[in-house]
Order: sequence, then C-alpha cells, then structure tokens
Amino acid sequence: MARFGMVIDTAKCVGCQDCVVACKTENNVPEGFCRDWIKTEVTGTFPTLHMEIRSERCNHCSDAPCVSACPTGASHYHDVGGIVLVDHEECIGCKACIASCPYDARFVHPEGYVDKCTFCVHRVEKGMDPACVSVCPTHCMHFGDLDDPDSEVNKLLNSRKHHALLPEAGTKPNIFYLT
Amino acid sequence: MIEITTTRHNPLIDPSLHIWGWEIPVYLFLGGMVAGMMLISGYFMFSGRYKETNCSCYYLPIMSFILLSLGMFALFLDLEHKFYVWRLYTTFQITSPMSWGSWILILVYPILFANMLMRPHRLLLEKIPHVKKWHEYLHAHPLLIRNLGVVTMFFGAAIGLYTGVLLSSLGARPLWSSSILWMLFLVSGLSGAAAFVHVIAKNVYERELLAKADNGFLILELFIIAVFLIGLSSNSDVHAKAVDLLLIGKFASIFWVFVIGMGIVIPLFIQLLAVNHKIRHTPIAPLMVIIGGLILRFVIVAAGQYSHWYALTN
Repeated sequence: MARFGMVIDTAKCVGCQDCVVACKTENNVPEGFCRDWIKTEVTGTFPTLHMEIRSERCNHCSDAPCVSACPTGASHYHDVGGIVLVDHEECIGCKACIASCPYDARFVHPEGYVDKCTFCVHRVEKGMDPACVSVCPTHCMHFGDLDDPDSEVNKLLNSRKHHALLPEAGTKPNIFYLT
Repeated sequence: MIEITTTRHNPLIDPSLHIWGWEIPVYLFLGGMVAGMMLISGYFMFSGRYKETNCSCYYLPIMSFILLSLGMFALFLDLEHKFYVWRLYTTFQITSPMSWGSWILILVYPILFANMLMRPHRLLLEKIPHVKKWHEYLHAHPLLIRNLGVVTMFFGAAIGLYTGVLLSSLGARPLWSSSILWMLFLVSGLSGAAAFVHVIAKNVYERELLAKADNGFLILELFIIAVFLIGLSSNSDVHAKAVDLLLIGKFASIFWVFVIGMGIVIPLFIQLLAVNHKIRHTPIAPLMVIIGGLILRFVIVAAGQYSHWYALTN
C-alpha cells in the first residue's frame, strides 16, 4: 500500500504563502482559520544565524495519535496512501484529537467538526498533486509515495539531508524538510 | 538562540492551546467525586454496614446519579458537534480512552439504579411496580448485596482512573504525560467524596470513619503529587519545563495556594486536630478539600493545554 508524504526544500522556500492561499481557496477554509501555514525558525547567535522557512501542515503521521484518541472513529487513515482524514459526519467535536496532536495541526471548524489538511485527497485520488504543491512558485514542495523507491520524494530524501518535525513525539510524521 | 514566528492564528489553538474550558475540569471533578462515592458506598455494602438504617449507602447512589448526570451534561456542553453525540455509542474504539469512558459511564447507570433499589425512593415505588419486588428480593439475599458492593466499587474505580487516563493518553501535552495521573485523580476523587460524605453523613460512626479516611487520602494525595512532579522533572527537558509551570511558572500561585495549601495541607491539619478531639469537627475543612479537588482539575487541564513540545523547547 502506498504511503503518501511530502518533501519540502527549505533552501528554496521563500515563505510567499502561495500554498496557504491555494489551500484556503481549494478547500474553502473559513476566514480566520488555516490548514497550512508558514513557520520561520531562526537559530544561532549573531552574526552566525541560520534561517529556515517551512510550509507546515498536518504531518499525516503513520502512528497518528489523533486517530488513536478519536472516540468515534471519525479520525481515520484513508485507504488512499494512509492519508489521515476526519469524517465530518462522525465527528462529535470532543477535541481529543486536537489535544493529542503535537503539531497543533487541527482546529474546530465553525460548523462544529474538527478540520485539518487532507493532502487535497479529492485531487490526489484523480492523480493530481495537492493544491499547495501545484501552486508553489519555487517548486520547493514535492508530493508522492514514500514507500515507492522510485518516487521523486524518495529520490530527494536519499540524496539530501532532511529532517522531520518533532520526531521525538513518536508519531512517525510523513512530511520531511530538506536542509 | 531559537526564534520561531508563525503565520498561523487558529482560534482556540494559538498562541497556546485552550480548547477545553470550564466544562472538562467540572466533568473530571464530578466524575472523580462519583467514583469516590461509589467506592465508599460499595465498601459499606460489602462490609455489611447497610444493616444500619442510616448508612450512607442508602443515599449516596441517588447523589452519585445526580452528580454524574451533571458531569455528563457539562461534557455534552463542551462538544462542538452536539447533535452527533450519539455517535459515541455506535462504535467502540479500543485505543481511545474517551470511547472506553463513554461506555463505562453508560454501564454505571444501571449499577447506580441497582444500588438505589436498596431503599427505593417513594416515586420509584409508585411509578415502577416491579421496584418493590426487586427491593425485597435484594434484601432477602445478603450475598447479592455484598456482590453488588464489589461491582459498585469496581466501576467506581474504573470511572476514577479513567478520568486520569483520559488526559495522560494525550502525549502531545508534556504535563499530562505521566502514568501516575490516573492515581492522582482517583485518590483526589476519593478524598473529595470522603469529605462530602463526612459533611452529610447521618451516622456518627461513618462521619468519624470518613474524617480519618480522608486524612489518609490527603496524605496519599500529597505523596502522589510529589511523585507526579518528581517523575516529570526527571524526565526530558520538555517535561521538566512543563512541570515548572506548576512549580514556579504561570500556574504556580494557584497550584501552591489553592491546591496544595488550602486544598490539602490546611484541611489535613484541621481534620487531624478534629479526629484527635483537640477541636470539634467543622464542615470548613471538608469544603476546602472539595474546592481544592475542583481547582486541581482546573489547574491540571489548563496547565496541560499550555504545555507543549514546541513552545517549551524554544
């Protein structure tokens, strides 16, 4: 079975927020909320500073604590590539999944259910890239099957230094950042 | 130096998580109280104290019923998708403590109802014709009452520990990542329930017994809190910083003054004097214990949400 993931090249990302706007437009994300966002991390001591700009979202973890915490089964792994999704009709809005996510990737949609990035599953099922990936002007975002050794994402991970977010949280995130 | 800026500003998530307001601490508190009351009531049934006409096991079940219903109502108010609440009972998710809890809560109601048959209310006798028959059958079988006491204690303990497991299973919040949290909530619930019964008990022996028991529970609670704090402090840096929120940080004053001081140490001191007949029994100490138990839940829920892998590593 496929395991969909994302590889984002932080050396190319300029933090333009095109991915954020594309997501909001594609998925009709309500005003004041976002499914993806830009984080800028500056490390070091002046003058030897290092800045990393990251486009972040749900990490679609292979061992997702939100799925384990959900009391109704609304949070689940989709058959297509293990994408973590929320069934709006089954979600009771208890917010256990929000509390269990170390990335704070989820939020309560004004209609009452919990919402988050879906990797644009409606596009992926048609063989297209998620909206954020398709609009990136610097082509720093790559989407594909992490279990396929010949996929572009795997080739990038094999050829470049990379890291995931909070691997110590033990959730096995499926988004990687090239450094 | 690490400096992180983010464009995310999702309501209830940023700048720090605050998805659970007053409803969850109130529910955890009432659940803990009911757990303690069921343990006390079950013990009195098991030990044969039900033969005393004014035994508290005759009125604790109806009080548990009311408090548990209030707690579940608070839980219902917290839900964002309220009309889908029935979804909890169309499935059982083995990995979800909340799913376990919702089923345990449903199973507790028939047990409380069976407890109420020990001395059914006049309304029950009038409205349900079989109640009188069941009541007589129960009293004709003392072994059945003892077994009912054991089952009541079992489910009381299940509710009490579940309230702690619910939080400690959420590993994304470092402050809740403690395997002893369930024990803290269980003992705190027992302590609150013992204080409550101590105030309302009609039987003098029970009043004295529960004051003594409450002192034991309070000492045990202090010990568990110490283990909880030491355990987290000696864990990773993230956990140590999370526990600093209680020790010296944002929530320290409430924790030390209202939970430790006014909720445990001062009432323990007063009750120790009372059980040693230095002063008369006063409802002030048990009330402080009960309020301290409520504030404990508020502090743990609020500080736990505030604690975070990212926020604390920066």
